[in-house]
Amino acid sequence: MGMGNEGKTSGKGVGARLLRREDDRYLRGRGRFIADMRLPGMLEMAFVRSPLAHARIRGVTKPAEGGASVFTIDDLTGVKGISANSGLPGFRSSTQPVLAQGKVRHVGEPVAACLAENRALAEDLAELVEVDFEELPAVHDMTRARDADAPLLHEHWDENAFLESTVDIGFEDAARDAAVVIKRSFRTARQCMAPLEGRGLVAVWDRHLEMLTIHSATQMPHVVRTGIADCLGLDQGQVRIVAPDVGGGFGYKGILLAEEVVAGWLAMKLDRPIRWVEDRREHLTGNANCREHSYEITGYAGPDGELLAVDCQAIVDSGAYSIYPFSACLEAAQVASILPGPYRMRGFRCKTWAVTTNKPPILPYRGVARTGVCFAMELLLDAIARELGLPAEDIRRRNLVTADQMPFTNITNKYFDSGDYPQALERALEAIDIDGVRARQKGQSGVKRIGVGFSLFCEQGAHGTSVYHGWGIPMVPGFEQATARLTPDGGLELRVGVHSHGQGLETTLAQIAHEEIGIDPAKVKLVHGDTAYTPYSTGTWGSRCAVMAGGAVGTAAAALGDRIRRIAAHLLQARPEEVILTDGFAKVGSAAVSIEEVARTWYQKPQLLPNDVDPRGLEATEGYKTVRDTGTFSYACHAVVVSVDLQLGHVELLDYVIVEDAGTMINPMIVDGQVQGGLAQGIGTALFEEMQFDSSGQPLASTLADYHLPVASDIPRTRILHMETPSPISRFGQKGIGESGAIGPPAAIANAVNDALAPLGAEVNQIPLTPERVLRALAMGKAAAE
Amino acid sequence: MKPAAFDYLAGAALADAKSALAAGAKPMAGNQSLGPMLNLRLARPGRLVDIAMLPELRAVTETATGLRLGAAITHAEIEDGEVPDPTGGWLREAAAGIAYRAVRNRGTLGGSLAHADPAADWVIVMTGLEAMAIIDGPSGRREVAMADFITGPFATVLGDGDLLVAIEVPKPGVDARWGYWKFCRQIGEFAKASATVLVDPAKNVNRCVLGALGRQPLVLEESQAVIEGRLSPRDAVTQALPGRSPEALALHATALERALAQANGE
Repeated sequence: MGMGNEGKTSGKGVGARLLRREDDRYLRGRGRFIADMRLPGMLEMAFVRSPLAHARIRGVTKPAEGGASVFTIDDLTGVKGISANSGLPGFRSSTQPVLAQGKVRHVGEPVAACLAENRALAEDLAELVEVDFEELPAVHDMTRARDADAPLLHEHWDENAFLESTVDIGFEDAARDAAVVIKRSFRTARQCMAPLEGRGLVAVWDRHLEMLTIHSATQMPHVVRTGIADCLGLDQGQVRIVAPDVGGGFGYKGILLAEEVVAGWLAMKLDRPIRWVEDRREHLTGNANCREHSYEITGYAGPDGELLAVDCQAIVDSGAYSIYPFSACLEAAQVASILPGPYRMRGFRCKTWAVTTNKPPILPYRGVARTGVCFAMELLLDAIARELGLPAEDIRRRNLVTADQMPFTNITNKYFDSGDYPQALERALEAIDIDGVRARQKGQSGVKRIGVGFSLFCEQGAHGTSVYHGWGIPMVPGFEQATARLTPDGGLELRVGVHSHGQGLETTLAQIAHEEIGIDPAKVKLVHGDTAYTPYSTGTWGSRCAVMAGGAVGTAAAALGDRIRRIAAHLLQARPEEVILTDGFAKVGSAAVSIEEVARTWYQKPQLLPNDVDPRGLEATEGYKTVRDTGTFSYACHAVVVSVDLQLGHVELLDYVIVEDAGTMINPMIVDGQVQGGLAQGIGTALFEEMQFDSSGQPLASTLADYHLPVASDIPRTRILHMETPSPISRFGQKGIGESGAIGPPAAIANAVNDALAPLGAEVNQIPLTPERVLRALAMGKAAAE
Repeated sequence: MKPAAFDYLAGAALADAKSALAAGAKPMAGNQSLGPMLNLRLARPGRLVDIAMLPELRAVTETATGLRLGAAITHAEIEDGEVPDPTGGWLREAAAGIAYRAVRNRGTLGGSLAHADPAADWVIVMTGLEAMAIIDGPSGRREVAMADFITGPFATVLGDGDLLVAIEVPKPGVDARWGYWKFCRQIGEFAKASATVLVDPAKNVNRCVLGALGRQPLVLEESQAVIEGRLSPRDAVTQALPGRSPEALALHATALERALAQANGE
């Protein structure tokens, strides 16, 4: 593994708290996002979007004036719809037309594309398009989607479900011995991911190269390239996708967009650049597309709190279409495989349905199904603990997989690579001052009551081929590649196929290169997000970049290091294995030659090269795969103290502790940033964010005045404590951490609220925890007591 | 989310603004409510007349009984004490709690009242303080009590060609006490429930007002009984708001209780 502890000694490698290199341009407002791009001759695109959730389209009338700049599906000759079918048995297939064809299936579905010199004019034009709709009854409640009288969204199906699946691992036998059986119903809300920057793209056709370039705010340029070429009938060599600066992804930009296909076709047809920038209203009304789950869950436990078995029926509201590449089955399949969390159990049964409804198609949001299953599992554990009179920590101590069991294969065959889950709990208990909190709780009688809650979970990151190929979806991650290239002036170019949109990869990957070959991270340039420049990658998703791109960069940099050593050894009259790369120099004892000199020698003074020089030069592309492709398992314990105002149902977060094990941290500040940012989103899920739909499928919020995102003043003082158990399967022991912060908060906060309310006989089981829900729970508790 | 095309008239004198209004233009001041509505195309005026800098609407004048604040005075100017506060601080405190600073820098007192969002601060505070709206209309000036000025959610007595030019806030008596409490889940959000309590013995005023009701503020008929402790806020709210959910009643009652506690110095 290259240089070993270079980073520790130089303060710039793996483990260093380096300031983020990209922040200089972001903080000065010098990033370049889609909305900053203006190309000569560019037209802006606005969409006529469906105002109805479910309707047949009898006809579309273009305006007499400007109608030539309005395009419907009938105009888009030769364009295929988007198909993302799973190979799982029983999966019902569907195709999403890139503009509505005959029917609309959710509010906000694009019906026609309108082009004009600027966005305001394009919106003016869109207003003049008349669509003759025949409204159909809508499916708005996932629990009723499969009813016999429910209207069918996809009329060739026999029921409104993409997939139904069942897992049963020794359930009956394990449940038989239970001393307590606790049943609960849990619901999570449909959310908008709300990145600061919405989606956006500029499509450009190059007649000379016969190439379509789409600049797109995407997390996965290479996957989008494949999808675009497929839909437009182009060779993949004719398609280039470029992701510029991207203002947050979170899964929202891990998708092939209908808008990309439409813009690509129009750019080719009209030979003019076409831009579309999603606005907040489009985002809110047409893209509330994540998190909505329903659980009927039963826990079976022994008298001491041993978890014997869990039985669950879960529904995921997957919306109207199956999205590319993840498909409509990802989230429900995850529910069935990760519900057991970090706990041991003897039996497990889980039936899931990915149902289709007249809502935007579901996308995997940061944490994907984990936020929901963590909520369900952790609330169930607390309910069992309350029934048995156990403190919340005891039931977790009793059931957590322990350090001496690692590596551990759990009941659903997940391979936990390393860690000490109980220690995370104990550290959180200490940091939150559990004894102090419990003492303050004694004899509480006022309007405000405090409660303490916990959640524990593990996060599978960088999962690979063996996890994905079984689903038969359009994308299966394999090897990850990177190119490391020394420039003639001794700088280092890294080329990776993932994309950084807030993760700090321009910094962390430079640190990894430094770790391997001692080059100053300030001299490292990351080239990413462009299919023309970078090796193929499935992109940035699933907490995979630190492990996969990091591993690939480490491997490529090490290969480059060998070539540098060979040249340096010749210049220093030494053997290559004697050369140490450190601090920008190749050194043998007290003799040294700079990396710049090595580069100059290769590129400009080849007469000085040794006869046995590696002719491939100072550029290495290497591939990487983890030791096992079952994923790294980071994990965390969240602990929170809340105050609940019994008169208002208002929940205030008083203290928050996260104990996180990211394995080896490449840059602890970036890990903290990831956890802190995720926490803010998790608090939104727990307390505020909810897109409600009425019975006709209309979204009930269209601005941020109605859809409540967490703001700075909602985020409590938070302490993030780290454990660093190296992963045995990754290059530096690092684990994927990107989603963790968003997973734990709803469970921990709801458990804390329930802890506060328990003496009053009240319990909340649905998020977000609005005042109305808390007050209703209190009223039900009061009624039950009377 | 771009507005439909409109004409924009700025820098005019009040007389010009009035003739533009008479011709169907819509007034624009701080643009904190109108702006989003324009962008959402919920408001589609053909012509906007910018009144934010009209001297008459920026004027502050003391009267025999109170203070007349020009309608284009911003929340921030009140918050920062750049204009006098006849209540000795109640206005400043209310202003400081409006939305967040960026909104307060531009948003105006008159704009907020004319917009008449049921959950807005000035809508309930000015009703609670018995302020008067000074309206300049086609048939001259008139004064309307704030409780009559707002007629419903986002509705006022302002008619075609009318312009809200000033708000007169009465100076309370020396022993007057005041409470204003609102429940916002998040800083910057509109209130889910709000209430004011004004007890002014010198003027024989006992006034409880509920806000954020989805309608104009409600002046409680039983205000005096509530203030004197003969009727609990909870019962008063329940009587005054038939048909509301128990959760909503709980929030409104709590707002009134807490405003009352403030007025009582608790």
